[in-house]
Amino acid sequence: MNAPAYNFAYLDEQTKRMIRRAILKAIAIPGYQVPFASREMPMPYGWGTGGVQVTAAILGPQDVLKVIDQGSDDTTNAISIRKFFAKTAGVATTTSTIDATVIQTRHRIPETGLHANQVLVYQVPIPEPLRFLEPRETETRRMHALAEYGLMHVKLYEDIARFGHIATAYAYPVKVNARYVMDPSPTPKFDNPKMDNCPALQLFGAGREKRIYAIPPYTQVVSLDFEDHPFEPYRFNAPCALCGAENSYLDEIVTDDKGSRMFVCSDTDYCEGRQAAGHHGAMSAAPYKDKAQGEANG
Amino acid sequence: MTTIAELPPGFVDKVLSAQSTFRSVMDAMARPGAVQRIVPMAGTAGPMMRGMAAIALTLFDHDTPLWLDPRMAESTDVLKWLKFHTGAPVIQDSSIAAFALISDGVLLPDLQRFALGTNEYPDRSTTVIVQVESLDSGPSFELRGPGIDGVATLQASVKPFDLFELLRINETLFPRGIDVVLVADDAVVAIPRTTRVTSLGV
Repeated sequence: MNAPAYNFAYLDEQTKRMIRRAILKAIAIPGYQVPFASREMPMPYGWGTGGVQVTAAILGPQDVLKVIDQGSDDTTNAISIRKFFAKTAGVATTTSTIDATVIQTRHRIPETGLHANQVLVYQVPIPEPLRFLEPRETETRRMHALAEYGLMHVKLYEDIARFGHIATAYAYPVKVNARYVMDPSPTPKFDNPKMDNCPALQLFGAGREKRIYAIPPYTQVVSLDFEDHPFEPYRFNAPCALCGAENSYLDEIVTDDKGSRMFVCSDTDYCEGRQAAGHHGAMSAAPYKDKAQGEANG
Repeated sequence: MTTIAELPPGFVDKVLSAQSTFRSVMDAMARPGAVQRIVPMAGTAGPMMRGMAAIALTLFDHDTPLWLDPRMAESTDVLKWLKFHTGAPVIQDSSIAAFALISDGVLLPDLQRFALGTNEYPDRSTTVIVQVESLDSGPSFELRGPGIDGVATLQASVKPFDLFELLRINETLFPRGIDVVLVADDAVVAIPRTTRVTSLGV
């Protein structure tokens, strides 16, 4: 069982060349969706086949890989993709945002600021931001060609007319480098400002829809809005129940059938890092950690 | 007749050398003006520098029509090497080339003769790889655009001397345009179509 059954990082070299060429064009045209010949992967669509192919095409033996699923390092999707690359590429894996060189993500951007030696790879289900407004690919392609994005503003305006505010909470459309309107994948709009002027390269892979797109480092990314209804990131108005963070994105966790709930950081690495540094939330229940800390200090 | 033994070799480790070379080129494309180094070594044929040879082995295959400048196209060593190691078709019509290989900038044809992409498919454009004299000495240039934190400076001696002025067609063409990769020995700098270059003189 020790003989390598696959090529390094699973994909064959011809596929990697094709994906690599698509990535280069995606970087050269920020926000434009480059078609690519997406392959069948040993996991179902919706499990990150696009992100996995992009990661497989860029990954090298020196890389340290982190995979998150909704901010968490410890959910099924994150663990299985991490193990997939540990097995097929033999790369080191980590849960630490700072130590990672390649971070594959499903719908969150880490709370810890990214640095210039990192690549953030997004798993994207539906790359076309105009798809639910215009189902025809020929039409959306022409709209991008002409930078004809009025329809998207109408959609946001209809939100305001109906709800009094822009009710789009995730996959909030952005304009990249003042040209292409882009779907940031279904990240909460809380994360949109992190895409702007980010020091790390951001790559997006959509496996089923066969598209790759990119935001180069230090590129302007603006969330679409109106002068009188400016873009506002949303978060629950509560501190994290475990680490007390006031500025992180929170998950709401129902704790019983009587309506009790707790709010905790969605980014598990960030939350654990804060707890290790001695921060506590109202429901922090880690006596063994306190004890270990006390012993270490004593 | 050339036998395989007489051809300059490709990468020793096809997989990891291509990965390492790609990361250098990707970083170059993501950070225009920053000089990246290509570490893996391969044999070179004719006027090809080792950086260009490594890029060829990394990115070219039967899906990428190549256009060669007259000096490269005349070299049977280059043609045989490309054919054996990459299998990429060499074509005469530069307007449908995926990559153009320019051994010396003075042989660069009018940029409009390359594929510029369409407004619907701006990615269907030629990536022009130009061998230059140096990417760490010579006249200074300031670069601005995506991938650059404010301003990047580049010292390079390139031919044609007005290359960066020629590339200003990218400003009006966008999202169509030409992406350029400059190679000097093992050093690589990319000038994607979004980068604006101004000359600071010597």
